[in-house]
Amino acid sequence: MRVRLFARLSDLAGVRETEVELGEGITAGDAYRLLCGRFPAISGIGGSLMYAVNAEYVSDTHPLKDGDELALIPPVSGGRGAL
Amino acid sequence: MLFEVTAGPLDPERLVDHVRQDEAGAVALFYGVVRNNNLGRRVLYLEYDAYPEMAANVMREIADDAMSRYSITDVAIQHRTGRLEIGETSLLVAVSAPHRREAFEACHALVDRFKEVVPIWKKEVWEGGEEWIEGEAVTQ
Repeated sequence: MRVRLFARLSDLAGVRETEVELGEGITAGDAYRLLCGRFPAISGIGGSLMYAVNAEYVSDTHPLKDGDELALIPPVSGGRGAL
Repeated sequence: MLFEVTAGPLDPERLVDHVRQDEAGAVALFYGVVRNNNLGRRVLYLEYDAYPEMAANVMREIADDAMSRYSITDVAIQHRTGRLEIGETSLLVAVSAPHRREAFEACHALVDRFKEVVPIWKKEVWEGGEEWIEGEAVTQ
């Protein structure tokens, strides 16, 4: 499955997209944790991450299926509490 | 309605023409412009990243929400990506309404909401450093 990374996350990982193999019942949050193994620089920011599947926001417990496109969404600039 | 994420310069006249209607006596147009300073630092330029397909979807959702909550007639939003120099326009939000009050209020609300949920990010570059500007994650 294709995973897209943006902004700070893509800078840290050094890639804008990658692939993950889907195991049984894997969720959006699981996919992020899997990628932390591959790109250690992105670990530790999971708490502030949002997830999108097929260009729609989902929760970290959203189950993934073949053909989905997952995006890891760091906080956008004007979120609550910003500047 | 019109929603665009583009690497090229924005086009305010096209947005205003798009939302202009015979029954709308007011058009509010917001420009977001690259500022030369932030938090006491002299900013050299900004770099915008986006998830363009999703950004267009989310813009449509926030515009639909504004259309249902305010007496307005149309909305058009454009955001630019890539490197933007000081003084360049990064965001345009145009709203038409029968009367000015609704146009101003809906435009204000749309700009605030845009910055909370639309997947577009800015990196500030100053002398000797750079940083992605991140607010707090917002729950849907």
